Amino acid sequence: MSLELLRDKAGERRVVRSRLAVVSVVLILVFGAILGRVGYLQIAQYEQLTARSQDNRVRLAPVDATRGLILDRAGRTLAENRPAFSLTIVPEQVADMDALLSNLDALIDISEAERAAFAEARARSRSFQEIPLRLQLREETVAELAINRHRFPGVEVRPRLARHYPYGRVGAHVVGYVGRINERELRQGDPNQYRSTSLTGKTGVERFYEPRLQGELGIEHIETNALGRAIATLDRRPPTPGEDVQLTLDIELQRLAEETLGDYRGAIVALDPRNGEVLALASQPRFDPNTLAGGIDQDTLNALNRDVTQPLFNRAIAGRYPPGSIVKPFLGLAATAEGYINPNETLYCDGTFELPDVSRVWRDWKPEGHGHVDLTQSVAQSCDIYFYELANDMGIDAMHEWMSRFGYGQPTGIDLPSERSGVMPSRTWKRNTLGEPWYTGETINTGIGQGFTLATPIQMATSTALIANRGQPVRPQLLAKPEALSLGPTIEPIELAEESHWQHAWDGMIETVHGSRGTARRLGEDLDFRMAGKTGTAQVVGIAQDEEYDEETLDARFHDHALFTAFAPVDAPRIAVAVVVENGGSGSQTAAPMAKTVVEAWLSRTDG
Amino acid sequence: MDNLNWSTVNVNEAARRASGGLLQRMLRLDGLLVGLLLLNAALGLLVLYSAFGGRIEPIQSHLLRLGVGFFLMMIIAQIPPWRLAPMAPWLFGVGALMLAAVLVIGEFGGGARRWLDLGVVGFQPAELMKVALPMMLAWLLAQRPLPASANQTLLAIGVIVLPVAMIGVQPDLGTAILVGTAGAAVLFLAGVAWRLIVALGVLLLAAAPLLWIFGMQDYQRNRVLTFLDPERDPLGAGYNIIQAQIAIGSGGVFGKGWMNGTQAHLDFIPEQHTDFVFAVLAEELGLLGVIILLSLYGLIIARSLWIAREAQDNFSRLLAGALALTFFVYCSINMGMVAGLLPVVGLPLPLVSYGGSSMVTLLAGFGILMSIHSHRRMWSA
Repeated sequence: MSLELLRDKAGERRVVRSRLAVVSVVLILVFGAILGRVGYLQIAQYEQLTARSQDNRVRLAPVDATRGLILDRAGRTLAENRPAFSLTIVPEQVADMDALLSNLDALIDISEAERAAFAEARARSRSFQEIPLRLQLREETVAELAINRHRFPGVEVRPRLARHYPYGRVGAHVVGYVGRINERELRQGDPNQYRSTSLTGKTGVERFYEPRLQGELGIEHIETNALGRAIATLDRRPPTPGEDVQLTLDIELQRLAEETLGDYRGAIVALDPRNGEVLALASQPRFDPNTLAGGIDQDTLNALNRDVTQPLFNRAIAGRYPPGSIVKPFLGLAATAEGYINPNETLYCDGTFELPDVSRVWRDWKPEGHGHVDLTQSVAQSCDIYFYELANDMGIDAMHEWMSRFGYGQPTGIDLPSERSGVMPSRTWKRNTLGEPWYTGETINTGIGQGFTLATPIQMATSTALIANRGQPVRPQLLAKPEALSLGPTIEPIELAEESHWQHAWDGMIETVHGSRGTARRLGEDLDFRMAGKTGTAQVVGIAQDEEYDEETLDARFHDHALFTAFAPVDAPRIAVAVVVENGGSGSQTAAPMAKTVVEAWLSRTDG
Repeated sequence: MDNLNWSTVNVNEAARRASGGLLQRMLRLDGLLVGLLLLNAALGLLVLYSAFGGRIEPIQSHLLRLGVGFFLMMIIAQIPPWRLAPMAPWLFGVGALMLAAVLVIGEFGGGARRWLDLGVVGFQPAELMKVALPMMLAWLLAQRPLPASANQTLLAIGVIVLPVAMIGVQPDLGTAILVGTAGAAVLFLAGVAWRLIVALGVLLLAAAPLLWIFGMQDYQRNRVLTFLDPERDPLGAGYNIIQAQIAIGSGGVFGKGWMNGTQAHLDFIPEQHTDFVFAVLAEELGLLGVIILLSLYGLIIARSLWIAREAQDNFSRLLAGALALTFFVYCSINMGMVAGLLPVVGLPLPLVSYGGSSMVTLLAGFGILMSIHSHRRMWSA
């Protein structure tokens, strides 16, 4: 306080005031310079620049570049450019606009909205400018107009290229769609590159690989007369077409995966574990990119956005689900590596688990329990009690560290926009997001992939590939170009002291499908190759302690999510899949058969 | 208030304040400044209407944004400076975190990352920095007696470099320059020794080649080259500069008349409702229009500087001065660029250009200025 009183207040004020005086002088100088420059242009250069403005004859017009194609791994076209025709009218060449419009109406049925938009555009344009009446003409209409051309002076049919997606809904979330560039996107990019008419990728590959696909605008130098009317094209800097983008996706496998999901909401991801190539990335429900590309009407877009099933949302990379029991092989591996468990020792499971000083009882999904189970059997039968014990021994810190090493809680780095990272909870995470300390009970829930844990289907598939590779991580990759693969995975390789630890994780997953008590044993019955898998059934709502989960009485929105992860064939894995079916009930009944369909189809199509 | 940082009461002044205008006493606004801002915005609307070729919808949405800006200004004017000062480090911290977040997860588009997607609205954290950085520095430098010591100066330079670098790599050169200037302004007003200023200037000049090689995108380098010689590529990159100057020059002293600019209406002026709107004004309203606009800007800046001069504590002085200077730099860079005195930097003309969250930020800044002025002599009672 005494220091404050000793401060030389007047002196400090003088410091700032003298600087403010300097600023005032600078202000006068700078504004003087601007005024001087403008004055120089407007007085001294007036004659010369007026002359230049009067015979300002050459105007620049952008010429759109042809957008690159998007192809699947077999070279099938997923996105292409199709000629489309728009109908425009030059008002000054029309003697009687009303008569013309009613004549046209007889031919092409002009809507009220089109009429209004045309009238508005006409009001703000010059009479020699072409005004669009309709952007997309049907081919029959184009032919008819061509025949009747003499009846419609001033009417022009203009060709342009429109984006088209031959497979429609199939792979729509991956491929994405293009739309008219908006003001915000315009300001983000290089303003010299984009001009008013350009289309830009809005989602998916169209968005992620926009810089490759878009190419470079050309410029046309148009000679105009003093009123601005175009007379001739003097010169043209041709546009550079965009590059084609080939994907690793197999559109037929993609179609199969989507159709397998059927009316369920959910996602299926299929990867090649050897290199991370994405073979299928299905998300249901779907949307039709052709209705979105190049001018969708507001009502359709609003309806899509308001749809509670969120068809525009790519569940495969952005849907976050409790992973449930599919975390078990991972936790078993981690606990073995860290010495928390001996994988060969058995534990007696009586169907309940209790913590000292906690009144709550944790139950197994099988009320009577599994009896004596070792690690392999606990994975195969998906014994919850084994993993409650394991989680309790391991603690949340070690679980968080290991699950993060497997890639949970972080983006996989797939080449698509809007990937979500999911949640792998930790003490720090909980303190930061909920402001609460970590409770032991939450550790127990984390042991079976419930509680706060959330994972995306792409994470589940990528981590399954990691197990299939015995610790060698991959980065999921849609671009079928080897140089882009040099990006590398986002996680480090996992090296275990004993290679045999991997085999325990494998054994559990193989037993799941091929063992006599495995949760997905029905799958193994008629397989002509060996597959490793893990079922998961994730609770959507908390079921109270003594309540039974009863599908009949529960609203469908609260039914369990069904999950399944798998890789095959066991002797040389060529495919890793993750299936998530929202409210699908049990993993073994709903998700596992879907995974089988996809894996079988892929393996039967590719040999080695 | 028990905060002794703030100056003591002057009984005579308090009595005088009581007789101040309604605007100042009740609404905490500065009548003169509000009047000038409204006149400026009105002139802007007039020019925009013509630049849009008489379309009314963009004018309506521009009006709406103006309304939001003025409303925010009124709200901020209610927060007294002694409440504002302790917020500075927090605001700065939040701004810096959001900038970092933009770099990591920000919406990706066309090679530049600037937006943070907050659900429905996209938000440019760099906008927040335009106000948060000068606040932070004013707060920091007001902790110790002025002129700022060498240590304080070094610390302040660190505080400036952090956000400027983060904005610069987005890359958003224009905003980085503005935020940097706002920070430098506080330092300058805080009385940093002249020899230090000269030394820093020399250092910056020496760093320029490095910036050229490592810090700039191809298109930015191209803009500078084109500025130096527009005829280098008269139908490409130099086209905009040449056409803007033809527009200005052909306007003459009295202009071609409102809505009559041929350059503007035949689409020869690029970005005519945003960054190059000054060319439309100069073409249609001539030198007279330019003088009116410069006078309005000049008066707004002069009034702001006066508010800084009359402020009663170092925080308010430094902050008010820095906000005045930022506005000044804003106007100068845009007009200088369109008139061909500076290379093309993507900055709008304040209170005239269409759209942009920058206008809202600017008006928020004026809210702070008005708060500083209208809350004089009230504190430390």
